[in-house]
Amino acid sequence: MVFSTARRRAPILAIGAALALAACGPNHAPAPAVHTVVIDQLAFSPKATTANVGDVVVWVNKDILRHSATDPSGAFDVDLPAGATGKTVLKQAGSIKYACRYHPGMTGTISVAEKG
Amino acid sequence: MKRTIFALSGAGLIAIAGAAWATPGPTDPQIAHIAYTADSIDVAAGTQALAKSHNPKVREFAEEMVRDHTAVNDKALALVKKLGVTPQPNPTSAGLQSQATAERAKLAKLSGAAFDKAYVANEVAYHKTVNGALEQTLIPSAQNGELKSLLQTGLKLFQEHQAHAEQLAGGLR
Repeated sequence: MVFSTARRRAPILAIGAALALAACGPNHAPAPAVHTVVIDQLAFSPKATTANVGDVVVWVNKDILRHSATDPSGAFDVDLPAGATGKTVLKQAGSIKYACRYHPGMTGTISVAEKG
Repeated sequence: MKRTIFALSGAGLIAIAGAAWATPGPTDPQIAHIAYTADSIDVAAGTQALAKSHNPKVREFAEEMVRDHTAVNDKALALVKKLGVTPQPNPTSAGLQSQATAERAKLAKLSGAAFDKAYVANEVAYHKTVNGALEQTLIPSAQNGELKSLLQTGLKLFQEHQAHAEQLAGGLR
């Protein structure tokens, strides 16, 4: 099991270490991590993302062109007009190979692990 | 400050196919005109394809061309306005335009699968030509940083389009 080192001000990361958090007030579920994927010059960056179920991917389109982040198996399809941002909640574990629906050469991957 | 950027002398002709000339490269106003013309040509080709083709994949590709090249041209127009540059017609942009007009006339006579094949084959060739010009002449010659950066985005875009066109051409054989 992995213990996160108890960094001050980051108790939400201390999964499985609730006993050590007596001073933190009421328990709440671990906050999902946010992974940002930027689109710039027709490329997703980072190209590979590792996440857990429940995490959020924020897509930021910095291009002057319309893009999308599309999972061909249908888990998500986020339309991203020029300059737009979008959000995807990762609901299932697995390996996703996504692409831009408009520019098939733009691809990326997300590997989603079960939580805990 | 901006004035000095454009104070280049000698309106050297450029060879679109990449032949090396000893004359100076194109000036920024000329580059802007070439880039704008190159984008407009592909928008016109895409519009023609949308009027003629019934193949969903070809139509999807043509929509992509119209959408992307219109976006780049909107940005280019905004940039030249901001910089106070007037795009300057030149032999390279005129050459591109006359070739494109001839190609469009040729494509106008075709229909169905023959049109689709010819349109996509021309898109492959056209994007290759423009990529070569961007890489070898236009980007290295551009003086203004913002213009250079827009051309670099244009190059990525044309490369992606070329790959898409090649993939599509493979499927039409």
